[in-house]
Amino acid sequence: MAESTMANGNANTSDWQDRYYHVDQVLDRPGPRTDPSFAAGEGVKDFLRNKCKILVIGAGGLGCEILANLALTGFKDIHVIDMDTIDISNLNRQFLFRPKDVGKPKAIVAAEFIMKRVPGVKVTPYYGKIQDKDDDYYLQFNLVICGLDSVEARRWMNATLVNLVDPENPESLKPLIDGGTEGFKGQARVILPTISSCYECSLDMLNKPTAFPICTIANTPRLPEHCIEWASVLEWPRVHGDKKVDTDDPEHIGWLFQVASKRAREFNIEGVTWSLTQGVVKNIIPAIASTNAIIAASCCNEAFKIATSSAAYLDNYFMLIGTDGVYSYTFQYEKRDDCPVCGGESMDISISKEWTVERLIDTLTERQDIQIKKPSLSSGDMHIYFQAPPQLEQATRPNLEKKVSELVKDGGEITVTATTLPFSLSLRVTFT
Amino acid sequence: MISLWSMKKKEDAAAKKKPKTSAAQIRVQKDLTELDLPSTMKTYFPDPQNLLSFTLTITPDEGMYKDGAYNFSFEINNNYPHEPPKVKCTQVIYHPNLDLDGNVCLNILREDWKPVLNLNAVMTGLQYLFLEPNADDPLNKEAAEEMRRDRDQFLRNVRVTMRGGSLKGKRYDNVLASAQ
Ligand SMILES: [Zn+2]
Repeated sequence: MAESTMANGNANTSDWQDRYYHVDQVLDRPGPRTDPSFAAGEGVKDFLRNKCKILVIGAGGLGCEILANLALTGFKDIHVIDMDTIDISNLNRQFLFRPKDVGKPKAIVAAEFIMKRVPGVKVTPYYGKIQDKDDDYYLQFNLVICGLDSVEARRWMNATLVNLVDPENPESLKPLIDGGTEGFKGQARVILPTISSCYECSLDMLNKPTAFPICTIANTPRLPEHCIEWASVLEWPRVHGDKKVDTDDPEHIGWLFQVASKRAREFNIEGVTWSLTQGVVKNIIPAIASTNAIIAASCCNEAFKIATSSAAYLDNYFMLIGTDGVYSYTFQYEKRDDCPVCGGESMDISISKEWTVERLIDTLTERQDIQIKKPSLSSGDMHIYFQAPPQLEQATRPNLEKKVSELVKDGGEITVTATTLPFSLSLRVTFT
Repeated sequence: MISLWSMKKKEDAAAKKKPKTSAAQIRVQKDLTELDLPSTMKTYFPDPQNLLSFTLTITPDEGMYKDGAYNFSFEINNNYPHEPPKVKCTQVIYHPNLDLDGNVCLNILREDWKPVLNLNAVMTGLQYLFLEPNADDPLNKEAAEEMRRDRDQFLRNVRVTMRGGSLKGKRYDNVLASAQ
């Protein structure tokens, strides 16, 4: 036992002989396409099994698959974040959960299940939002895998990891592997923050939720979905005013269901059901277990290759379309210069403590290497100077006379936008 | 672990940390500070610190809705520009493309929204509704039918309702610019 433990590059946990026999075939010797830095044998095994710390975001359909894959390939220090609790409708595909777990936090139940089932693996759960955690928290990981269904959460995670990159600290660059599925379609991608295209770069490629023209909903409904949208978009605010629909409240869904059913009867439309109502208002696309399995496998494959350098990793976008047969396509999504998160420009500028905002703006306008026309400046939540609209220009005009050093601290950031910039310019100001 | 840093050095040695402002926030700053609105449109921010909530007043200088001042509320969430701004008319107006609850039938506010569109496009689209009301995409069916059937009667209805009059038992808001 002791011998095999050492042979696996792990003295802390009980790795039995040949536990990782198959994985070791890849790690014991280089292949034709391995990275030159690949440390075959004990070096790489030690890193994977004792040192590598990986974060999984989401413990739902994709997350369950990802956690199981990672644990079985030899990642031993896994953290998982999820803000949801287990619903009975999850049990058909989120295989780490049982009927007795309904109502409990996904992250905690998933972590316990993996640790019980795969000895020696430590899974640290966090039941809450990704936004609860700060930069120091994210800095502790080597890799992050996202298995989320929310665009908003992924945008946040992506922006956070891009912003984390500190040019003076190589450790601040955390590869992000993002998986996503929608019915029979899915994608897996490798994002190297600030190096390759990020999630935000490809935002306009996303499928938007289906929205029906509002006049169709109001006047010429033909589908059960039109009746449900009528109930939620037009009738709900008319009757309930500013109160928002809570899509998790059965009473709210019940009200919408009744109103939509009545509407459907008036127009002789069939097919308005409780579950369709819930599906339309929550914008649910049926989750397919096999799509999740394929995408999670792809994500974990990439995590393994990046963590071990044992083979070339995905560059950078893999898409799967399983609607008619099994079609997949891999391509390099290009980084966009006008990407709000990873594009844009940034520069250091050193100015006198005595400089006014107006002087800074003149400099930005005149300097040959910048040449920005009509820049607007802000720092965090503070509006320093806005060129338009008139009310905000007037409100910020007094700042023109103020010293920059009164508004921004040494080393602080100023966000500059202007028509002549693809997106924005980030200025880091130091004072002399 | 693969070494990414060497690639980074090659590709952009000059990259610096970005500010903590969200992409949605910067995008709204960009959209608003680059607005070049004609004199017929004005924005108003009840809380100038909050760029995500404001009103737009349109005062058309030609067309059937001339002499009125029409107010719209804009609510932008943190998923902008993935999601369009939520726009509602805050007055009761007789118009084929607006219902009496303030809902607006403008394709780019729903089914045809794209992240490359901006606030300027939405505002221009709203103004266009007053210059060229469209009876083919009705939200107020009665108004649309009237406009198709008898344009003169429709115009009289517009005039009556703009002054805050009643029409077929419904009261409309006085939207005359001179009254506001
Ligand atoms: Zn980007």
